Parts: sequence; structure tokens; C-alpha cells
Amino acid sequence: MNLASGPESTKSCVEDVEVSGHIIDSLLLPKILDAIMAHKGSFEIRRITVGQRRTDPSYALVQVQADTEEQLERILKTISDHGAVPVVASDCRLVAADLPGAFPDGFHSTTNQRTEIRLGGHWLPVELQEMDCGIVVDADRQTAQCIPMLDVRAGQQIVVGHLGVRVFPEQRAQSHSGFEFMDSPVSTEKPKRVVARQVAEWLMETKRQSGRTLVVGGPAIIHTGSGRYLCELIRRGYVQTLFAGNALATHDLEQSIYGTSLGVHLERGDIMPTGHEHHLRTINTIRRCGGIRQAVDQGLIRSGIMYECVKHDVDYVLAGSIRDDGPLPEVITDSVVAQARMRERIPDITFCLMLSTLLHSVAVGNLLPAWVRVVCVDINPSAVIKLADRGSFQTVPVVTDIEPFLRALLEEITRLEGESAAVSVPP
Amino acid sequence: MTPRIPTILMCPPDYFGIEYEINPWMNRAFPADHGLAVQQWHALRGLLSELGATIETVTPCSGLPDLVFTANAALIDGRTAILSRFRHPQRQGEEAVFRDRLTQLGFEVIELPADEYFEGAGDALFCGETLFAGYRIRSSVHSLQRVAARIGAQVIPLELTDERFYHLDTCFCPLSQTSAIWFPAAFDHYGRQVIEANVETLIALDEAEATCFAANAVVLGRSVVTNIGCPRLHQQLRLAGFEPVATPLSEFVRAGGSAKCLTLRLDGEDAAAWAQRHPSDL
Repeated sequence: MNLASGPESTKSCVEDVEVSGHIIDSLLLPKILDAIMAHKGSFEIRRITVGQRRTDPSYALVQVQADTEEQLERILKTISDHGAVPVVASDCRLVAADLPGAFPDGFHSTTNQRTEIRLGGHWLPVELQEMDCGIVVDADRQTAQCIPMLDVRAGQQIVVGHLGVRVFPEQRAQSHSGFEFMDSPVSTEKPKRVVARQVAEWLMETKRQSGRTLVVGGPAIIHTGSGRYLCELIRRGYVQTLFAGNALATHDLEQSIYGTSLGVHLERGDIMPTGHEHHLRTINTIRRCGGIRQAVDQGLIRSGIMYECVKHDVDYVLAGSIRDDGPLPEVITDSVVAQARMRERIPDITFCLMLSTLLHSVAVGNLLPAWVRVVCVDINPSAVIKLADRGSFQTVPVVTDIEPFLRALLEEITRLEGESAAVSVPP
Repeated sequence: MTPRIPTILMCPPDYFGIEYEINPWMNRAFPADHGLAVQQWHALRGLLSELGATIETVTPCSGLPDLVFTANAALIDGRTAILSRFRHPQRQGEEAVFRDRLTQLGFEVIELPADEYFEGAGDALFCGETLFAGYRIRSSVHSLQRVAARIGAQVIPLELTDERFYHLDTCFCPLSQTSAIWFPAAFDHYGRQVIEANVETLIALDEAEATCFAANAVVLGRSVVTNIGCPRLHQQLRLAGFEPVATPLSEFVRAGGSAKCLTLRLDGEDAAAWAQRHPSDL
């Protein structure tokens, strides 16, 4: 049961309190809730058990929310007189890592949701939130952050168990735009234009607020001929970071040099003679230049996604796989190193667009905290289902062919840019 | 079934006086007239005996002037006495005296944790199946939750919002399982709503009679014993079929108490449903 004092709270200081007894008949619970509101706080009833017989006590677990610690203290003091007491809170338990690259037994395994730990009686936010990690604590600096298993150094203080750890589930936004019915299980039967408009608005909002949009892309973007839309998004400043593999970069560069992707001519759709060699020759050419940036600088590459990334300072990380040809010099073949390079970029990301790439999307979903909005576009429903199943439940799934989607997205952006330009014209 | 003989615990006022100030009524500049207090106490005792009550006493102790207010000794529930934990250090010395006497009288004495405040029948009154309990000024709401768990009855905490009516028995007095005297202004709107919803017949006091401690009445069957100065209440009680009796208690009112505060019903108040089910053999 979840009852709240209003729409999703933006208040950052919270404490769980519990109250028990004959709190319903005595109006004690309403009185406590009213007192919270009277002090300009808000609340959410996390759990309530109502006694069945007259003599049975009832119980309520209430989260009190306030804007500041002082306000929270005032509220807690007031409601404690009426029997609402903080849930027995103790500090988190710390155990020193005895081995490098491994957590102590019983370590607290993280989610991608906002988490706090209690240290010296105070709640500390856990930084670098990421699922499937541990939490390392620096008691002297009073800081806590998520740490991947591999990065653990012997002696580090690691949180063990659930005591003194609290997790704040991300709530779904109460959207009243036409989009909220989209936020339902994956379906191919959704009006794509509405989805494209919403994603366009998110991209524009991210840019307006100086946020960073991460695009995670697969080679289907090139094969389907939609590279040009992504190029335009980059040119207009809607993409700040790109995560991809050897394939996307290779076929994009192949298109720049030969006009083909995997040998297929992208304008005419026919297979070029010896076209199947194009991607290998492309990789060889780039390797001979020393890298993508050098190829762009030398004028060898004059178009495409990678060209626009170099020209517009889009930060890119290319991660390799065991089936890669070449690979391109920039491709990081050590997957642990690649994951680390990607992880370094995550804290700045505010919006993520995953385009036609299953494994890369899951990999990035694992790194992103739950509060970063993710849109995953794939023609295969199982791609977006996999992402949600692995805990990236904040993902907005869009099951569609990438080419019409990106085309519609760009059209919507162009239309919205026109509208906002018209609005800003002085009378 | 043998008829129940009401049994009341009292403490002679040998050491009674205004020696400190722990409620708005107490003022050391206006001490009680000790001789008059003794006279008033004996008159009350005589009256209660005449009305058929057996009086048990606690031996007075020097240095414990408020020991005379035995209502604050404990909450009686059958053969169990939940001993008070006084908020003010000035009264905490009374706990041991009451514990020993109640044990001697054959009660199982329950003591609450030291950090909880609970002032016995001063703040906890049965009306029917429900225990109405005052909190905030003296008893804490946490202690009431503990009491509820112990006695297994419905306990309705009522916040007391007027310092003058610091105990529930100064502003609320169950007359029977379904009726009570009360002073509505001593509660906030939640408390008023709850009392109105849970007690069938309510006789409301005006401020003048409430400050005469009219609600601090001893109920013995249909007889209701109060301080003097509450004719309006007496008229209403008569209309409701009760027999009000007035006895002067001015010297105890100076310390913030009246008839009810000076007594502790050991066999259960007439308004308590449990007391009707299990006649006491005290």
C-alpha cells in the first residue's frame, strides 16, 4: 500500500518512522500526517496494517519527507510526541576487504536506485550509483560510493548486509501527456510518431539544460541508411557521448570511403563487386593512418558518424568483441578496460538513447543509475525486454525499425526547433 | 453472585502541602491550609464510606506531599496494577511506596521501562471496553502503546492541550460504560471527535465548573462525588439519573487535584466493562 501526501516528492531529506497502537480509532495517525503537512513536510505511507478486532493494534510505517535537515528534525520532534518514532536505525556494518578484487562475504550488493548508508548516525548518499556493485566507505571523508568487484583493494571498508542501508525506489513520473500509456509493456503496436515527438522533447530538454545525451548504437544504424539522421543530431548538438563497437564505426567509415555498408550500396541497394572486402579494407586504411581522428585530419574521412564525432567533439568509446575484424585502432579489446572507460563517462550522462544494439544496451543499462531516462529502440522486442529484465526498468521501450524512427525523430526536432524559434522572435 | 464492594485506596494528608510547582495550579506563595486540608480529606473519606466504599490507605511519607493523590499510583486492570512512572522527579519517590502497598494488597505490579512516563489512573480511564488515555503533558504516548499491549484492550490516546488540565481525570470522567463528564476545550479537535464518536452520552462542563475540578469526580454506582462549586453539573447529573454529592476540597485544588485524584478504585471503576465481568473479592 502506498499513500502519499501529494505527487512524487522532490524533498531530499527523509526518515522512516513507525507508529503503532490504536492509531486509527484515536485519529493519531491522521493527526501525525496532518502535523507533517502543517510543518510543510510531506509523507508516504510505506506500509499499514489495520487491526482486525477492536483490541488489535494497527501499525503504520511512514516516510517523512522534508526540504532540509532542520525542517525534518522539527517534524520528527513534533510527531514523536504523538508516538511516531524513527525506525530503529543503526549504522551500516563495515568489513575491511581481505583480498584485492573481491568483496568480503555477505557484502551489500547494490541496485541502480538511489541509496544511502548510515554512518555515525547520519545518512550519507552513495555516489556513482550502479547495480551489481558493492559500497566502499571512506569514514574519514564521510563518503560512500559504489565499487565494482574488480576494483576492490585490500583494506577498503566495504558495507556488509542490509543494516544501515536504505534504497529509494525510483517512482514512475506521473505523466499526463499522451505518452504515459506508452510506458507499458513492450508492444509493437504503438503510434511511433507520438513516441518520436516525446523523445525529441527529451533530447531538446537535455540540450537546453546543458545535460549530456549518450547514444549507444549498433551497426544497423548504418546498414539501414539511418546514419545520416544520427549525423544531423550530432551536428545540431543533441549528442555528447557515443558508445559503440567496432562494427558501427567500421561500416560508418566504409560508407564514407566506399558508399557501402557490408558491401551493399546504401543509395542504390545493390551489392558492389568485391563489396564484401570493403569493411576489411576500411579497417586496414584506418589502421594505416593510425586511427579515426588521424584519418579525419588527413581528409580521408569526410562524412559519417565518426567524422561528425571528431568534428563536434563527441566523446566516444568503442568497445570490442571476439568476433571483430581488425579491429579499428580506437577499439578497446580488453572488455574490463572498455567497461571502465564507459563507467568513467556515466556520472555526467542525463539521457540515454539506445539504438539497435542488444548486448551493448544491456552493458550500458548495467552501468546507468535508475534516474537516468533511457529510450531503447530496437526492431526486436526481446532486446528491450532483456534490458528491463536486467533491472533497467526505467527504460522506455520502442519496438520499431531504426530508420523510420530516426527519420521521424529528426522531423519532430526540426518542427519543435521551428516552434521555439518562432516563439523567441520579438514582436 | 456476591455484590461487589467498592474498594478505594487513599493516603492521609499528613505531609500534604504545596512544596513545589509542577502544574499551573501550584503556587508556593499561596500554600494550602493544612488543618483545613486534613478536615476536607476526612470529610471525603467519611462520605465515601457512607456511600458504601471500603477504604484502604497508604502510609503517608514525609517529603512526598503529593502521595495523597493516589489516583496517580497505578492503572488497575483486574488483579494487575501497572505502576506509574512519574514525569517530574518531585513525584518519582512515590513509585516505590505505591509499589510496596499494591503488592501488599495482592496485586501483580507491572513496572514500565524507566524512560517512559505514565501517571496511572490520572491519565488512563476505562469507559466500557475502551481505555481512554491522556498524553503529552504527563504520560507519554509511547507508554500508552505499551500499556495497550499489556492489557489487550483498545487504548485511545487523547492529547491534552491545556496545561491546567494536565491529567485526563481533570477533564474527562466516565460515569458509566456509555456516559461521561468532559470539558471539550481541554482537547484538540481530534480528541473531541474521538470522544464524541466513542462515548454515547456526554455531559459537557463550562469553563467555570471545569476549573472547579468538576470532572475530577468519584463515581460510586449512581453517586457522583465532586468538589463544591459545580451546581450546573449537579443539575445535569440529576437529570441523567445520578445522585451528585458536593464536598469542599479547596485545599487540594490549590495543588491541582480534587475528589478523583485523592482516590484509586482498586476493584475497577463502575464504568470499566471488565470490572462488571469479574467481581472483585478484595
